[in-house]
Order: sequence, then C-alpha cells, then structure tokens
Amino acid sequence: MLAVSNLTMRFGGLTAVDKLSFEARAGEVTAVIGPNGAGKTTVFNCVTGFYRPSSGGIALTHPGGARFALEKMPGHRIASRAKVARTFQNIRLFAGMTVLENLLVAQHNRLMAATGFGVVALLGLGSYRAAERAGVEKARHWLERIGLIDRANDVASALPYGAQRRLEIARAMCIDPVMLCLDEPAAGLNPRESEALNQLLLSIRADGCSLLLIEHDMGVVMRISDHIVVLDHGRKISDGTPEQVRADPAVIAAYLGEGDDDE
Amino acid sequence: MRAALRDAFLSAAIALGLFAPLVGLVLDNGDQGLVLRGRPIAAAVLVAMVFFGRLGMHLWADRPGKEARAVKRGLVVPTGANRFLAPALLAFAVLLPLTGSRYYVDLGTLVLTYVMLGWGLNIVVGLAGLLDLGYVAFYAVGAYSYALLAETFGLGFWTCLPLAGILAAFWGVLLGFPVLRLRGDYLAIVTLAFGEIIRVVLINWVAVTHGPNGITDIPRPTLFGLRFSMDGGEGTVAGFFDIEPETIQRVVFLYYLILALALLTNWVTIRLRRMPLGRAWEALREDEIACRSLGIDVTNTKLTAFAIGAMFGGFAGAFFATRQAFISPESFTFIESATVLAIVVLGGLGSQLGVALAALVMVGGLEMLRDLLSTLGEQMGSELFSGLAGDLPTYRMLIFGLALVVMMVLRPRGLVSGRTPTAVL
Repeated sequence: MLAVSNLTMRFGGLTAVDKLSFEARAGEVTAVIGPNGAGKTTVFNCVTGFYRPSSGGIALTHPGGARFALEKMPGHRIASRAKVARTFQNIRLFAGMTVLENLLVAQHNRLMAATGFGVVALLGLGSYRAAERAGVEKARHWLERIGLIDRANDVASALPYGAQRRLEIARAMCIDPVMLCLDEPAAGLNPRESEALNQLLLSIRADGCSLLLIEHDMGVVMRISDHIVVLDHGRKISDGTPEQVRADPAVIAAYLGEGDDDE
Repeated sequence: MRAALRDAFLSAAIALGLFAPLVGLVLDNGDQGLVLRGRPIAAAVLVAMVFFGRLGMHLWADRPGKEARAVKRGLVVPTGANRFLAPALLAFAVLLPLTGSRYYVDLGTLVLTYVMLGWGLNIVVGLAGLLDLGYVAFYAVGAYSYALLAETFGLGFWTCLPLAGILAAFWGVLLGFPVLRLRGDYLAIVTLAFGEIIRVVLINWVAVTHGPNGITDIPRPTLFGLRFSMDGGEGTVAGFFDIEPETIQRVVFLYYLILALALLTNWVTIRLRRMPLGRAWEALREDEIACRSLGIDVTNTKLTAFAIGAMFGGFAGAFFATRQAFISPESFTFIESATVLAIVVLGGLGSQLGVALAALVMVGGLEMLRDLLSTLGEQMGSELFSGLAGDLPTYRMLIFGLALVVMMVLRPRGLVSGRTPTAVL
C-alpha cells in the first residue's frame, strides 16, 4: 500500500532520516517507534507532505489500483487526492469552532464541489442542500462513533483532552482516507481512554482503512499493531511483527542505550 | 486603598513628565519671532484627570463581587442583542430619510459607507484572519475604476459598478499571489506598503489619473435611466414623476443605494459563512496547518477571501466616486485603512452587528459630538465649546486611540464578541 524507499531528509547538516525503506500493507496497522529524536515525526511529515524529502520515494497505491508519488505532490493534494489523513502530536483542532463545524470543514472539498462555484449555494438551491445534509449525516455518524454526539454544538476547545484526541481522529476520517497517519494518539491519555482509543483504531482498521502510527505507549503499540518499524538516529534498526521486534536485541539496545560505543 | 493611591500618584507623575513639556509649554508668534509661553493650568488639569481617572479605575476594579461578574461577562452570548438590535438598526436605517433632514441623510450615507467597508474588511480580517492594513487600496481602485471608465468611455454608474468590483478583486488577487505565503505581521506590513504604492501611483501617474488634481465631474448615478437633474425636463426623475426637482431627492437616492450595497455585502457574508468556503476561512484563521492536512487548498482559500473582500471595497469605492463627483488621492490615505480596521476590531472580529455598531459610533458619533459642541457653543456663547468643536477633527485620532484602549480593557474581544455556529445538530 505505502512503500517508502531510500527516504532521506536533511535539515542543513543534520540528517534526520537516512535512506529509510519500509512498507505499510493495506488493511494493517503499521507502527513506527523509536527513541526521542529518532526521526519518526520527520518520516510522518514527509509522508503527509509537510516536508519535501531530500531524496527517495514514497509511493502510495490505492486499493482501486491508482498510484501516487507522494514525494512530488503539494501538501493539500496528499489529503484531497491521495486520501492520506493525519493527526498531530500536539492536537490541532479548530479551537474556536464547534465540534460539528470541525467535522464539516474536513469535508470541505466534497461540499465545495457541490456549491457550484458558490453561486448555487449562495442562492440556497437544492443540490447543495442535499450535499450539506449528507455532510452533517456523516459528521453525526462519526460523533456517535467517538461518543461526542451530545457535545456536537460545543466549542472544540471546551472538550476534555481525551475527547479532543478522538475528535481529531474523527475529523481526519471525514476526508474518507485510505490511510490514516496518527502522531502519538495515546499521548496524555489515561489507561481507560487509551483502551477506548485502541477500540476506535481497530474499528477504523476493520472498515478497511490502513493505519500508520507513531507511538510511545508500548501498551498501545504492541496490542494493536500488525507490523512495527523501529527507527534510531534516522535509520531503520528493526522491522517485523510485534513479537519479532520485542525480541530483537538491536531494539533493546536502542531503547536502553547500550552498545553505542563498540559498534 | 493605599496601593491604589500610590499607583495613582505614580501615574500622575508620569503624566506630569509627559504633559509638562508637551502641553505646558507653547510656542507663540511674539513681536520679535517666537516666544515661549507657559500653560501651567492646562497641564495641571490633565495631570489631575490622570490621577483621578487612575484612582477611579482602581476603585471600580476592586469593588466587591468582581469575580461573579467576570464569570457572567465571559458567558454572555449576544444572541438576544442580535435578535432585537439588528432588526431595530435596520428599521432605523430604512426610515432615516423620512426625517427629511439633509444633514442626517448625508451623515447616514457616510456611516453606511464605513459600515460597508467594515463588512468588506471583516471578510479578510475577521473571518480569514489575514491582517490587511492596505484595504484602502481596493477602495481607491474601485473609485478610480469608475471615474476613469466614465471619463474615458462615457460609461454609466450601473455598468461601472460591477466592473469596479471586478477590477478591485483582480488587484486583490494580484496582491495576494506573492504575499499570502506571509503570515501575521509580515502580511500586515506588505499590505500596508501596497496601500501606499497605489496612492503614490495615483499621485504620480499624472497622464492617466490627473495626479493630485484628481478627477472632477464624475457622473451621478441614474434611477433606471432617469437622471437626477435640476432642470426637471425629459429623462429626469423629477420630470418623469412630475414633481418639483430638489437636491434632497438625489441625496436620499444615494443613501438608499449605499444601504442596498451594504446590505448586499452583509447578505453575501452571512451566506458565505454558512458555506464550505466561509467555514474554510474561519478554519484557516484557527489553524492553517490543520487545514492543509485536511486537503484544503490554503492559497486558493486565502485568495478568495482577499478577492471577495477587495470586491466589496471596490463597490464602495465606485459609490464614493459617484457620490462625491470628485476624487483625488487625498481621499485614500492610510488613515482610511486604519479607521476601517479600527471599526472592525472595535466591533468584534467576525461580528457583522458589531462592525455596524462600531461604524455608527466611530463615524456617526464623532460627527454628532462635533455638532452638539458647536450648537452648545453658539447658544451659550461659550468660547470653550465652539473652540472644542472646531478642534475636534484634530483630536479624532486621539479619541480613536482612547476608544481602542478603553475597549481593550473592558471588552478585549470587541463590542459584540462570541460567534454563532454555522451549523447545529
């Protein structure tokens, strides 16, 4: 589904990601883990178009067969055409807007197409109204799924932290992605919230959306991932199922900081 | 109390340091050149005002029950105000010409011009969150578009009105392309420069714009092809309706014209806010990066905000040209941009009602105050009041500044804060 090959990202003299190659298969949860500063978020930003890689390729294949070279696409096209959605490490909701509005903004491109250059919608004609209703229905579906239907008309910044995380995921899902990239979704959640998050992510996977995930919370990673890629200092040090990775001496060394001097 | 007194003394000391040289000393024309004259009483009055004002502020802030009120103020959502105040204002605006007073109708036209400019700028600043300090440039483009098209090709007002809007929008896009990658302060500085560039071009491109002399004899608008003319003959409004030709007819017509244009701006803005485009603008103001991650074309969205805001500025400019029948670069200085921006900020970013109220207070209120003072001066034969009335335009900016400071202290989010959601479940 997603094939990253020889991805390199340099910031001036610093090489944050160095010739990284990995694959994320369709319908799986792929986790990218590694110590702080290993380059996880940089990989993410390359995949979702926020950084343009120094070299290397990122190829995405849709289940329908359409192929996209993400490293060449402008940032917003990656979401609108290639259908890769993402969330952020520090939540980025539209804080002053309501929960429902957050989900409607996410459906911007579809609704915008129904407005007929604004004229149809400005006059309040039927075809736009139908599209708007469908948008609200979709938002309602997701609000029910994340358990925030009662708070649809509240301002997003008034939600508790865990609910904001769930809302951000729902918002990303409203663009109908084929792949959802989550940057530390469990950060700052209590055990109960993090369990609810696991259920939500597994249900998203069951719907056929692939997930790419950066996470520090090993409980979440080990329980829901099908496939784990371990990074350290911008290089891949391990790649496999949770069991394989857990047993890999290189991973243990990276996390415990052993063996740096004799390599 | 002791702390309040000490703070008041401190403020008075600072005021003394400022006002003693600035107000206390005056240069006058003496018999032999300039003489330095003292004005101790004026300075002392100002220092005393600062002292008691500061003391009063402290006592007001420390009065009991402060917390409870603060909480309440935070929760006030002015839906009630919106529901009753807006129709009341609209009814007032529609009925105003019935007073038959040329003074009030002229003043109303001026206020409505600023309301329209405020609503237009509100799209750019209030909704899309792009700080534009050069809005007057689009006003100027609209005004000169109409004036030049009328002069060169003899086109009428109604043909030129959409053209002026389109040309202003075109300049909005042209400016937008290079600068919209900038954010916040940087964008503000570039738009400020753009406003000045347009004005300087208007002054110096004498062959086209007649430079500082401006353009005269700009044609007045017609009512379905009927002219407002004093001769009362064939093809004039007075002749068609068989009534006595009077100047007030044209004045009232212009008033309703700007009222209609302003309401059009308002209607389009309200509709757009509930549409994907308007929501994208507000989302852009909240978080540009999140917008990008959701597949929203940030550049296009900003450009549409700029273009639509500029278009309404252009409409207002064309109206200004036809109303004055004379325009010159003098009318399009930075002060105009600052006034419109002050109206938007004072009214409450994004609030349509707030902008209208702020324009009413800042433009209409100041004019009424001057009128009141000069009437008082005449009736009481008081030098002080008539002098103040004459000086009031000079103090305009001081009053603006004071109003802004007071607003920042009392209602930091503007006269009407709080936004209505664009969709509810």
